[in-house]
Amino acid sequence: MSSIGTGYDLSASTFSPDGRVFQVEYAMKAVENSSTAIGIRCKDGVVFGVEKLVLSKLYEEGSNKRIFNIDRHVGMAVAGLLADARSLSEVAREEASNFRSNYGHDIPLKHLADRVAMYVHAYTLYSAVRPFGCSFILGSYDDDDGPQLYMVDPSGISYMKEMTCRELVKEVAKIIYIVHDEVKDKTFELELSWVGEVTKGRHELVPKDIKEEAEKYAKESLEEEDDSDEDNM
Amino acid sequence: MAAVSLVRCERGFARDAAPDWMRQELRTGTTIMAVEFDGGVVIGADSRTTTGAYIANRVTDKLTPIHERIFCCRSGSAADTQAISDAVTYQLGFHSIELDEPPLVQTAANLFREMCYRYREELMAGIIVAGWDKRRGGQVYTVPVGGMLTRQPVSVGGSGSSYIYGYVDSNYRAHMSKEECLQFTAQALSLAMERDGSSGGVVRLAVISEHGVERRVVAGNQLPSFSAI
Repeated sequence: MSSIGTGYDLSASTFSPDGRVFQVEYAMKAVENSSTAIGIRCKDGVVFGVEKLVLSKLYEEGSNKRIFNIDRHVGMAVAGLLADARSLSEVAREEASNFRSNYGHDIPLKHLADRVAMYVHAYTLYSAVRPFGCSFILGSYDDDDGPQLYMVDPSGISYMKEMTCRELVKEVAKIIYIVHDEVKDKTFELELSWVGEVTKGRHELVPKDIKEEAEKYAKESLEEEDDSDEDNM
Repeated sequence: MAAVSLVRCERGFARDAAPDWMRQELRTGTTIMAVEFDGGVVIGADSRTTTGAYIANRVTDKLTPIHERIFCCRSGSAADTQAISDAVTYQLGFHSIELDEPPLVQTAANLFREMCYRYREELMAGIIVAGWDKRRGGQVYTVPVGGMLTRQPVSVGGSGSSYIYGYVDSNYRAHMSKEECLQFTAQALSLAMERDGSSGGVVRLAVISEHGVERRVVAGNQLPSFSAI
């Protein structure tokens, strides 16, 4: 566990003596404690997968979405505090919409990531507000720039990050299943989305039949892995 | 988005004392033209600016750079088109730095359209935006008075354009080479300048492509002449 702030961690407008802003680091903890979100870029698109922990059996399937549509060609998968993430998705949507309104074409992903990152960063400067407790991955695909993936974390940094999309969907499902900790969390629902040549550049949830195929593949791979574990030393 | 507000000022002198040309607005009567070819665009304009019947500038440059490989051809009110061009140049430059890449011709055209449509009641500007970008190559977009935006392979504008629609329609062919486009444009402009009183002077041409901008001038005595009458 990292060191406790002892007085320097009460507001985002205070540095600690060793140059850290503890509130931002605590915000990143919220992301670490959340369940997994993955975005993978392949040569003809981007696939998102989210491990959605089911908090109550009363929730309907498909509720509490963690993958959002920001404009037709951009998708966003989030980890961390869902309420913060929802508010940021609205910010991203407004940025994309204003860009289109001013310049007449789709917002380039790098620009969108930079703009939202700037917004997130602004909330790390003042004591009157708290930093956003979520990280998110933005992905898009278009004919000219191809598939692109960016990640933004609570400090407001954005980072930039090959199979075909169809094959990748199965692999993403497999990763989520592997990463899911059986002991710690009980049931989960897999949320999958993609944007690429296969969807003509539109970000969409993966169709039900393909998703089921992917989940089946993931479950089967898990069983195979369990078997092979016995043979290894 | 910063919006530029353009206001017309009333001239202050006594109407009777001032000569006719001082009471008229400065207009680029004009013939302007732009043609796409594979690899870039050819743009052209005449060089006459009038205040009423007086030619205020006979060597005007109506081909205005907006960015390194994006130009606009201006027709209508000289003041309005200059003000709009300045504003768009600023906005596009800022946008290009933000994106850290050269701007799209389509973006420039949209910025012109936004301004021309929003302030359509106060403006008198017919603009052709043409240039080259990496994504879609050579492109011509026309923004006539009123603020419509449309992309065309060839576009003509200004008061002189009415006289050459027939020539352009019958002589334009797709997939012309750069030299053929230059010939085509120079001929069309010459014909318009011959008939339109508000167009004349020299023919200014420019070729915009991946390699940059190449400007030419065809002086009055070198213009092709057509009529035997």
